[in-house]
Amino acid sequence: MTADEVKNVVIEIIKDIAPDEDYSNIDPAVPLREQLDLDSMDFLDIVMELRKQYQVEVPAQDYSHLATLNSCAEYLGPKL
Amino acid sequence: MNYLNERIVITGVGLTAPNGNNIKEFRQALLEKKSGITHIDMRYMGQVAAGVCTFDERKYQDRKARRRGTRAGATAIYCAHEAVNDCGINWDNVDKSRVGVYVGITEHGNVETEEEVHLLLTQNNCDVKLWSHHHNPRTVSNSPAGEVNLSLNITGPHYTIGSACAGGNMGLIQAVQMLRLGEVDFAIAGGLSESVKTFGIFAAFKAQGALGTHADPAKASKPLDRDRNGIVVSEGGCLYTVERLSDAKARGAKIYAEVVGYATNTDATDFVLPNTERQIQCMNMALHKAGINASDIDIINMHATGTPSGDIVETKAVIEVFSNSDSSYINTSKGAIGHTMGAAGALELAGNLLAFEDGLVHPCMNIDNLDPECEMKNLVVKEPKKLDKVNYILNNSFGMLGINSSVIVKKYED
Repeated sequence: MTADEVKNVVIEIIKDIAPDEDYSNIDPAVPLREQLDLDSMDFLDIVMELRKQYQVEVPAQDYSHLATLNSCAEYLGPKL
Repeated sequence: MNYLNERIVITGVGLTAPNGNNIKEFRQALLEKKSGITHIDMRYMGQVAAGVCTFDERKYQDRKARRRGTRAGATAIYCAHEAVNDCGINWDNVDKSRVGVYVGITEHGNVETEEEVHLLLTQNNCDVKLWSHHHNPRTVSNSPAGEVNLSLNITGPHYTIGSACAGGNMGLIQAVQMLRLGEVDFAIAGGLSESVKTFGIFAAFKAQGALGTHADPAKASKPLDRDRNGIVVSEGGCLYTVERLSDAKARGAKIYAEVVGYATNTDATDFVLPNTERQIQCMNMALHKAGINASDIDIINMHATGTPSGDIVETKAVIEVFSNSDSSYINTSKGAIGHTMGAAGALELAGNLLAFEDGLVHPCMNIDNLDPECEMKNLVVKEPKKLDKVNYILNNSFGMLGINSSVIVKKYED
């Protein structure tokens, strides 16, 4: 997947998790948790959905790669 | 401070029943014999009669909170917010560390567990890596109460009281005890159930020969009727705000009722079959604690679930306790709402609470042919019964493993 496609995948997953958030101005370089009301359980939801929908495993030591949309694209791009 | 002799009062009511989402709607539905029972499709079983609530889950929860939590939690949150709003307290000024949340439940976690296992087997090919990390926080037994604390930023104690179908009364009793012990200054207490979402409870009642059925779902729950054939499972919730009278008066609170008596005991005779002798004992203990005689009770709300044997057992107990009470009137609520399980005690009490204002005893529903073994004097069957004055209400709730509870509330007088 391209970087933009990966970012879209991640955003669509998060929209299901936190549907009342404003997604109109997400800065891909800024940590998602600074822009959206997300906590550790939400990130586990993201990991679960990546596993369910795309058969991608994100081991615990790699969770930090999901911090921003840019880091998501860099980390998940080769896997998706 | 010693609060052991403090009078304890109910100052707010938040509820959802299959036929009403606040106390006035619910009261009116009971007076008009409006059923809340419908047929629903149950996984693995097909059509069953059940009572489903229609409260607005989004009124006090955003979608994320609802998605993370449970139906039981959503029910508790709705009832708790409604009760707090109803009691008129300035919530921002309340010391949240001195608020206790006590929620009676029949069971908790079956809904989530059944759903996860269903998905595991049908969609996830038994791959446990797809088992939800939400399973544990959703199924721990304090979950429905804890969701209330999260929603209302309450930092005082919270827990559920596992007490089968006596849960609603037990939550209220716990509040009375904790207020008198000085453990908290304000309580949100009662009971709830989300059981209509779990096939296991329906299937078990069916296997036991105790699942209420009828071609017309509104006729499926018929306590005390000759043709009753079992329990109609319903969901529901009722939480009260409960305070010491001195605190309620100090803030000029509206007072629905004073909790003057309660009792709980155990049959110790059977897993599921009730026991007349212990029910008699329970009601008499509550009367003793209230310092009144049986003849002082104006309304008795029976547990009466609609099982062939259970209604007879309770009828015998009520006849024994109230044999000399010519002015005590009897009603049941489950004909209209089914068995709301952990909510039943608190919810059915709420259905009678406004009798202190209007003097009406709401009628039973679906007694077309009264079972001769359930005949009692002053059973209110056809129309609401108008009394000159209602001073005392006794509410029974009993449950499996022989748990019994009786609560007596009194019209508030200074």
